Amino acid sequence: MKKWINIMASFFLIFMSTGMSFGQENDLLDLLEQKSAPEPDLTIATFKATRIVTGHSVECNAKGVMQFLISHRFGQLNSGFSEFYGLDNSTIRLGLEYGLTDNINIGIGRSSFMKTYDASFKWRFLRQKSGKSNFPFTAAWVSSIYINSTKYEDNVRNDYFYSRLDYHHALLIARKFGDFVSIQLMPTLVHRNLVSTQADKNTIFALGAGASVRLTPSIRANAEYYYTLPDQIVSPIGTSIPTNTFSLGLDFETGGHVFQLHLTNSRAMTEKFLIDSTTGQWGNGDIHFGFNISRVFTVAKPKGFD
Amino acid sequence: MRTILIFVLAIMMTLNLFAQKYITQTGNIRFFSKTPVEHIEAFNNQVSGVLNTDNGEMAFSLLMKAFNFEKALMQEHFNEKYVESSKYPKATFKGKIVNFNKNSITDKPLTVNVKGVLTMHGVSKDIEVKGSLQKANKGNISGKSVFTVNLKDFNIKVPSAVRKNIDDNIEINVNMNYEKMD
Repeated sequence: MKKWINIMASFFLIFMSTGMSFGQENDLLDLLEQKSAPEPDLTIATFKATRIVTGHSVECNAKGVMQFLISHRFGQLNSGFSEFYGLDNSTIRLGLEYGLTDNINIGIGRSSFMKTYDASFKWRFLRQKSGKSNFPFTAAWVSSIYINSTKYEDNVRNDYFYSRLDYHHALLIARKFGDFVSIQLMPTLVHRNLVSTQADKNTIFALGAGASVRLTPSIRANAEYYYTLPDQIVSPIGTSIPTNTFSLGLDFETGGHVFQLHLTNSRAMTEKFLIDSTTGQWGNGDIHFGFNISRVFTVAKPKGFD
Repeated sequence: MRTILIFVLAIMMTLNLFAQKYITQTGNIRFFSKTPVEHIEAFNNQVSGVLNTDNGEMAFSLLMKAFNFEKALMQEHFNEKYVESSKYPKATFKGKIVNFNKNSITDKPLTVNVKGVLTMHGVSKDIEVKGSLQKANKGNISGKSVFTVNLKDFNIKVPSAVRKNIDDNIEINVNMNYEKMD
């Protein structure tokens, strides 16, 4: 009996000591892991800037951030030495955009192309995320209104203010694949209050597609294409019927600045003109050099920074 | 026989009581980079940490994406370009207080040396830092530490364009308020 008690006692002692060592070796990091609630991981930096080339990307300025966007498009590269390959002839758009919330941006701009004022509204209403909860893409809505302020030269028709207004609405759907590739689709609608002839449609439908590839952490290559459904625009601009827009770009990010350099067959710096006023043909060498410079300023500081 | 069983159980329960842990999910870590060109500051209020007052072991864990910056784009660049949060979402520390005496935590700050492994951006490195522990309100324990980490040690690359804006040595400020764990 005593022997049995001894065996049992040693058994318990071994059990106890293992229990003790379990208690001590229990990894504190594992304990923290168990205690912490998993969080959804929102996908960030789908694109480098709020524009892919000319059209909006799903990226928004964060709450309290003001973005100053300077866009330039030069003349056609094939315009020859006398025009300095297009650099003599530039159009510019100055724009300001502001983050009302992290997902709602408003903006204003003025473009020398057709002396156009514009105002925009962008709402990113879905975010791609992984982790605790998954969602496959980011989606945003963007709307703009344009006011043409060129001198009115039609003697037959009255100069109504509403005839100077145009609109653009687009749904932006983007997905980032891993850390390096992002794509975006943008079904787009442009409405023009005044068109040249009755055969021209006031409301034009187009489908845009964009892609971005990360080359280094600070440099990306982008492409953007807008396909306008046929038989909507019949009147020529000058001698050419408006065509689809294809643009290639490179983003260089240096902290607060993003420099976007591009080659495109369009002079437009906003979606409306991208879709209804692009006349260049890549095949003919009607290519414009252009750039966007984006600079952000934190106007309203976030909580915790005074 | 039954006496032994009760005796052993009693010892085990006492041992469990001794293994007292203090824990928090809302610790604060702030970091600073100071160069003549730019001061950068960020904070994280969701740091989890645990302290075993029985043997002086401690651990920290935080999500890199939970750092808040004054400039939103800086936060994006921090996560996307520098610490690569989608690949390495967490930073952790696991270590032990050197020559810890469990009765030495009092109302006055106790200076301690903590030795352990800091893991960040996929790199683990042995570090030894100074800190202090002190009894706080409601039976809590407050822990503080200030130390620096070098970006190169953790293979965090700074592009040449912003070389002058970011210091290689980042000052880390840790401020924890541990509650007794049930």
